[in-house]
Amino acid sequence: MQQSSYIIEVNGVSKFFGDKMVLDNINLYVKKGEFVTVLGPSGCGKTTLLRLIAGFQTASEGEIKIAGKEITQTPPHKRPVNTVFQKYALFPHLNVFDNIAFGLKLKKIPKQIIGKKVKAALRMVGMTDYEYRDVNSLSGGQQQRVAIARAIVNEPEVLLLDEPLAALDLKMRKDMQMELKEMHKTLGITFVYVTHDQEEALTLSDTIVVMSEGKIQQIGTPVDIYNEPINSFVADFIGESNILNGIMVKDKLVRFAGVEFECVDEGFGENMPVDVVVRPEDWYIFPDSDASQISGVVTSSIFKGVHYEMVVNANGYEFIVQDYHHFAVGERVGLLVKPFDIHIMKKERVCNTFEGELVDETHVDFLGCTFECLPVTTIAPGAKVQVHVDFKDVILQDNEEDGTLTGDVCFILYKGDHYHLTVASDWGEDIFVDTDDVWDNGDHVGITILPESIKVTQVVES
Amino acid sequence: MFGTIRLFLSSRKSWTIPYVIFSAVFVILPLLLIVVYAFMDDAGHFTLGNFAKFFAHPEAINTFVYSIGVAIITTVVCILLGYPAAYILTQTRMKYASAVVVLFILPMWVNILIRTLATVALFDFMNMPLGEGALIFGMVYNFLPFMIYPIYNTLQKLDKSYVEAAQDLGANPVQVFLKAVLPLSMPGIVSGILMVFMPTISTFAIAELLTMNNIKLFGTTIQENINNSMWNYGAALSLIMLFLIGATTLLASDDNDPNEGGGLW
Repeated sequence: MQQSSYIIEVNGVSKFFGDKMVLDNINLYVKKGEFVTVLGPSGCGKTTLLRLIAGFQTASEGEIKIAGKEITQTPPHKRPVNTVFQKYALFPHLNVFDNIAFGLKLKKIPKQIIGKKVKAALRMVGMTDYEYRDVNSLSGGQQQRVAIARAIVNEPEVLLLDEPLAALDLKMRKDMQMELKEMHKTLGITFVYVTHDQEEALTLSDTIVVMSEGKIQQIGTPVDIYNEPINSFVADFIGESNILNGIMVKDKLVRFAGVEFECVDEGFGENMPVDVVVRPEDWYIFPDSDASQISGVVTSSIFKGVHYEMVVNANGYEFIVQDYHHFAVGERVGLLVKPFDIHIMKKERVCNTFEGELVDETHVDFLGCTFECLPVTTIAPGAKVQVHVDFKDVILQDNEEDGTLTGDVCFILYKGDHYHLTVASDWGEDIFVDTDDVWDNGDHVGITILPESIKVTQVVES
Repeated sequence: MFGTIRLFLSSRKSWTIPYVIFSAVFVILPLLLIVVYAFMDDAGHFTLGNFAKFFAHPEAINTFVYSIGVAIITTVVCILLGYPAAYILTQTRMKYASAVVVLFILPMWVNILIRTLATVALFDFMNMPLGEGALIFGMVYNFLPFMIYPIYNTLQKLDKSYVEAAQDLGANPVQVFLKAVLPLSMPGIVSGILMVFMPTISTFAIAELLTMNNIKLFGTTIQENINNSMWNYGAALSLIMLFLIGATTLLASDDNDPNEGGGLW
């Protein structure tokens, strides 16, 4: 057994709040001394995962081990971990020294040793001479340093950091990132860092864990995650991407934006729908010529400091392109991408599929509502059925009363010529929608599906 | 003419005038009168004799000290009963915790005399003697809500992350309470002390009813003097009591961090 090489083992952990599943079968293994970042949008369950490791909440299913010891049910004060909280949580009734000494005093460590350790911790975070200051008189950055000192002074096996830099301004955040990385090197303990800031994750981590909707999407080094995103969510969340629908014509040949491109991926089968990702900096842009794989017109060009970010409209698709060279708006340009810079991802789904029940010949129940459908004669009423609806056939309405049911737009992906939305319906199931209209995250929408868009198939009893 | 009136009505400042008049007539003027009367003899001449009389009368001083003693005991008992009650109310994930808090507050909507007379009836019914014990019971019963509410408020607003931080740093449940929750809820306790201690010093109705006039509190002494037309001496005694209340408030607000916002203050 290689058990001992991992400091944290999370085995099949799920967490429910009431009926709501916030963590879905999480498996995570952290090596001793690693800097692991859990990255994801708000509400993805990353903080809950950290709180399970810290012990503030207990897992509904699965087990967690720290240093080989099963601690799933152990209360937080008996765990060899310490936490740096997002809002610092420094005790306002204690000064800097007493805040940092809090954990040591509980362990009944002799006074002189406490004094020495607190001083060393303050030196570590660059706050020497602040011992007797009132914590309320410190700036946000200083409070954060004290919070870090309060945690590391206990010499934990694992340091948990819950978005520790989120409340700081940009400049301070950059400085603290460097200091944290330095500290990690010096202390040699394991850091588990939770953030929604992808740049922070790329800068700091040895390993990034990308989470979304309670599930781990991908685990890998920053380079892996950036260069080989496993699905369109990761590609969109980490850095900027051009994500398009494509067809894998055959091995090493993919068709998107109306053009066939050579690529290096294989094993998807022939004529399979796929998602294609090309990073903006991987496009070569030049005056249109024979070398162009695809040609188009520059529709916007913004100077970004190091490079220009241009939008090129080609064959009705928009591509984001980053290059040191400037091309003016209206200029005709050619684009080229090298085969290994095209990333192909299997599509998670090609249409919406819902479980439902046929009410009568022209009505079907699904998503908690009754929908009219084209006459179904081959299936007996009352039978369990599967309902298929194409992404582009779901109609969203501003006025929620116009819809058969309502939902909230929770994820938006631009696919070059249309938007692919994930709408969390009030029924609880997600609905995926292709649309040309612009919606915002969090928009509350009415959802309508026309009878001719509903395809009903019988569930085959197995 | 109308312009002037409209201007007068539209200026926000002029709206305060009724309140200023009200508090001048019913708060500030009586206070001034107390001060003036306290330093006056029957004939209307300036004197310190009223205060000298108080300090020369061991009986009056005894009542004063006894009143403070009763107030302190009442306050301590209120803390001992009120803190756990408030703590339990905030800790349990009771669906109707706020309704239970209202239940604690509810008796306050009943007139204090009715409540106290009911207490007398209760003691009679249970064949228990009226006296010192009944007095403390009545005081605590009447003032307990004033202790629970500010503490409940502070505990409820207490950021959960302080508790988690203490746990995280190795504190067991008892240590979490002693080293984090209790010190952080001090503002609520201080508010509670002010709310209970100050009125208990000056009560007299509870003492009269629950001890059959056998035990005299300072409030009773003041009331008796004023009833017997000893206005000047009564005013002096009132001033001494006001001074004590003022001192408690100052002491309390000293370590009551205004940023913490404890309860009702």
